[in-house]
Amino acid sequence: MATHPSDDVTRTGEVRSKPVESEQVQKLVEEAKEGDHRAFETLVRQTYADTYTLAYRLVGNEEDARDVVQETYLRAHNGLKRFRGDAQLSTWLHRITANCASSYLGRKIRHRHEPLIDDGGGIIDDHPFGDPVHRADLGVLRSQLSEALMQLPPKLRAVVVLRDIYDLPHESIAEQLDITESAAKVRLHRARKRLRERLYPLGEEEAHAV
Amino acid sequence: MQCDTLSIQLAGAADGDTVLGPETEHHVEGCLRCQAELAQYRKLLRALTALRDHRLFVDDTLLDDVLEALRPAAPVHRLHRINYRSRKAAYIAGAAAAATAGAAAGAIVIASRLAGRHRLAS
Repeated sequence: MATHPSDDVTRTGEVRSKPVESEQVQKLVEEAKEGDHRAFETLVRQTYADTYTLAYRLVGNEEDARDVVQETYLRAHNGLKRFRGDAQLSTWLHRITANCASSYLGRKIRHRHEPLIDDGGGIIDDHPFGDPVHRADLGVLRSQLSEALMQLPPKLRAVVVLRDIYDLPHESIAEQLDITESAAKVRLHRARKRLRERLYPLGEEEAHAV
Repeated sequence: MQCDTLSIQLAGAADGDTVLGPETEHHVEGCLRCQAELAQYRKLLRALTALRDHRLFVDDTLLDDVLEALRPAAPVHRLHRINYRSRKAAYIAGAAAAATAGAAAGAIVIASRLAGRHRLAS
């Protein structure tokens, strides 16, 4: 499969190892479409860890993420004939996962009769990341970032995860979360602001240097 | 211009999603705090991008659960087909039995009528 060189460069300028849809995956998809259950099982085996990771990042806990993964593959199985191969299988699965997670969180909130999480509220900073030595460590930064993501309200988290980690376009995010494109952008910018404030809190001097 | 009010715009400008106006751009060029913030947003985006390739650990039971949930789909489909085939066979067999029974009943009636005529004639 031919790829354009620009496909591998993200908008942040970083080279990303974008997975190319292998012929093997394409073949499995075709076989699964024709009703080969084993082919679909193989696709599940190859993708479930990735799907689980996205589901966990969206819903924020293991138990819910497992439910979302099951729902995702059931929907994928039922809708496989509609998959035309315009996007990669992984991207298609990410969209379904996002949609399932959004529905799942919506149902959960309704069921518990909890108020919708307010986007405008503040988060309690009970884990300040002040130590520059630790911040220099990539592994620590990753865990801090993962933790900061989990502290975000689900609505904000969903958008930043789908856009900045999984590189889904605004249009697709808006469609899967059933919001407008401009709402998706507003949520994204709010989420980035909160993450930045949490990861790189301004010092006293900088705060007063306005 | 207050730097606090620009923070959201800078969040969008970090990846070119939002285009800053000339006045804002001029401010950022001369403001160390906003420049630092913009740099932090870019660092944040790089860190988020790097998370893409970091998969979380998940045990095999999830895979088993997913495959188990998918399994009923195929057997049910086959079962329907089997049931359909069975019903079709039963229908054909029933129709054949009914036709045979009808023919047998007709033959008995004809035979009994012929026997009656023979008795009257004799």
